[in-house]
Amino acid sequence: MLVSKDIPLMDLAPGASARVVSVSGADSKGPADLGRRLAELGFLPGEAVRIVARGLMARAPIAVRIGTGTFALRLFEAACIRVCPEQPQLP
Amino acid sequence: MDAAPSAPSPLIALVGNPNCGKTALFNILTGSRQKVANYAGVTVERKEGSLVTPSGLRIRILDLPGAYSLDPLTPDEQVTADVLLGKRTGEIAPDFVVCVTDATNLRQNLRLVLSLKRLGLPMVVALNMTDIARRKGIVIDAERLGLELGVPVVETVGVKTAGVRALIKMLDATAMPERRSRNTVWQPLSRSDIEHDQAEVRRILGVVGADRLDGVTFSDRLDALVLHPVLGPLILAVILFLVFQAVFAWAQVPMDEIKLGVATFGNWLGAALPASLLKDLAINGILAGVGSVLVFLPQIIILFFFILILEDSGYLPRAAFLLDRVMGSVGLSGRAFIPLLSSFACAIPGIMATRTIQNPRDRLTTIMIAPLMTCSARLPVYALIIAAFIPRRSVWGGLELQGVVLFALYLAGIVSAMAVAFVLKRRGKGGGFQALMLELPAYHWPNLRNLGIGLWQRVEIFMSRVGTIILALMVILWALSSFPAPPPGATGPAIQYSVAGHLGAWLAVIFKPIGFNWQISIALVPGLAAREVAVGALGTVYALSATGNDISSALTPLITQSWSLPTALSLLAWYVFAPQCLSTLATVKRETNSWRYPIIMAAYLFAMAYAGSWITFRVATALTGI
Repeated sequence: MLVSKDIPLMDLAPGASARVVSVSGADSKGPADLGRRLAELGFLPGEAVRIVARGLMARAPIAVRIGTGTFALRLFEAACIRVCPEQPQLP
Repeated sequence: MDAAPSAPSPLIALVGNPNCGKTALFNILTGSRQKVANYAGVTVERKEGSLVTPSGLRIRILDLPGAYSLDPLTPDEQVTADVLLGKRTGEIAPDFVVCVTDATNLRQNLRLVLSLKRLGLPMVVALNMTDIARRKGIVIDAERLGLELGVPVVETVGVKTAGVRALIKMLDATAMPERRSRNTVWQPLSRSDIEHDQAEVRRILGVVGADRLDGVTFSDRLDALVLHPVLGPLILAVILFLVFQAVFAWAQVPMDEIKLGVATFGNWLGAALPASLLKDLAINGILAGVGSVLVFLPQIIILFFFILILEDSGYLPRAAFLLDRVMGSVGLSGRAFIPLLSSFACAIPGIMATRTIQNPRDRLTTIMIAPLMTCSARLPVYALIIAAFIPRRSVWGGLELQGVVLFALYLAGIVSAMAVAFVLKRRGKGGGFQALMLELPAYHWPNLRNLGIGLWQRVEIFMSRVGTIILALMVILWALSSFPAPPPGATGPAIQYSVAGHLGAWLAVIFKPIGFNWQISIALVPGLAAREVAVGALGTVYALSATGNDISSALTPLITQSWSLPTALSLLAWYVFAPQCLSTLATVKRETNSWRYPIIMAAYLFAMAYAGSWITFRVATALTGI
């Protein structure tokens, strides 16, 4: 098994596969139920994620494949999610 | 909780994640036997229908709003959770639950099934879209899945009638449990509960041979184009242009036909009936009112034709994705773009289209600023004043001054809309970060049956609930403009002696500081019906005998003589905000389910119109030195 460090979801290269490591709760500025809702949408430890597309401006929002579904997330939402890339990321 | 109703028909609730094909299944089950209304006290749409099983049992079916979980975050989910728990006032708890799942996305959908199982309601799982799953090579053993879940599973194919036969047969065979007072208790799921459920889902998917991820799918390949940072916005621009073109231009022909038809019928009626008050009411009150309702239909049908196709195919959330940054900067959802764009044709279909915005605050903001988009009804007023007061000459090397003024008026509307949205966003709580979390479902071909049913529902809602308010207001307006009749030997136009005339005279006092004379003030009262009516009303006030298009050309020299330039500019500024459109206010009433928002809207638009006109009038007066 590859041992690689977990990184924030938004640092994942588009198209690269990864697994969710953790979904933290809301940061102080976001809606209180943010982390919980992400979990309800399927952002749960061990699930496969992949970035499908990124927006033009500030590379946001991002379209994320989670399991077999796809969700668009704003950056502050994606910031709650840490992932572990399946292959080592190219710098 | 709720008393058992006298009708023995069992009530079945369709529950499922958003985008699982639940509404398509509902449409097949119930066909056209559907009633669309709102849940009491909220703007969430309530869809109920019925079907008769082969054995003759009549079943009521409730299509509950899509939900990701039973711990609600949105008003939609709140309704779903409340109804299932029997906590919703005015709703009885369902006897039976059909949980609709998308066979291609069970990894997400099955968690809701596990939650519903905890609820303890009798239920069956409908395994939907199995045809698409099969094409992807996912073959699910429904019987085995049912065994693992502990709940019967029926295969359905969301868009095909044959696919639901098994479901109907099962509903028919299931002895509906006796309705009893249930004490359904729901313990909100903790994060570890959700993780536990997901582990269970993974186990079950492994057992039924569906624990697999998609490689690069057709949707992914399409998304590579549609969500591309450069190509994506280009594709979007083309689609938006097409929608705008259709609503603005294609609707013109049927709208003209409707106007002509109503006018022809009015003329025929005018010739057939003896002159009387009743005849006046029939032609200028009721028929004109019906006409002003019908005339909105072409735009509504064309706009919703596009919106339903874009929604059903899965493109609409992608458009929201692409526009999220732009619209988000003023606190709007990306989905606000199409309603606002359509509002350039007419605010009424635009406001109706805000239904595609799920976040209630975003939706309300969009509704509130929709009338600031310059609608086509304002064009005749603009055209009249610009033709009369703005000289035809080129400025800044080749630009036509009249065109520049028209463009400036459109721009003024857009800029003020953004300003209002920005203020509303600041005012709201926790305005800093708004969640997006928008699902981008797999693309699929829009279904004709769903399109037809969806279009019909929009038309029905508009005709029955908005149309009746508009018609009533039109008749009241007619009465205001007709009574009391002018005294014998009166010299002025009849409207001057009516209630509307007196109202106008009174308004003239209020409008004097912004440069409106009494003729303009009176014309604004019938102009409540629709903005372009103000032109006709001005013709009436100036006692012109011309009708139709001739009014404008007859009015032009008249107002050039009698109005000052500051007055004309002030009226233009007034129409940028133009609060007076009863049909818009009636639509807002219907869409927000309260009089509160139409009243706030009328008040804030009036304030902005007055302020805008006041500044324009003062500045123009100072500059022209009159």
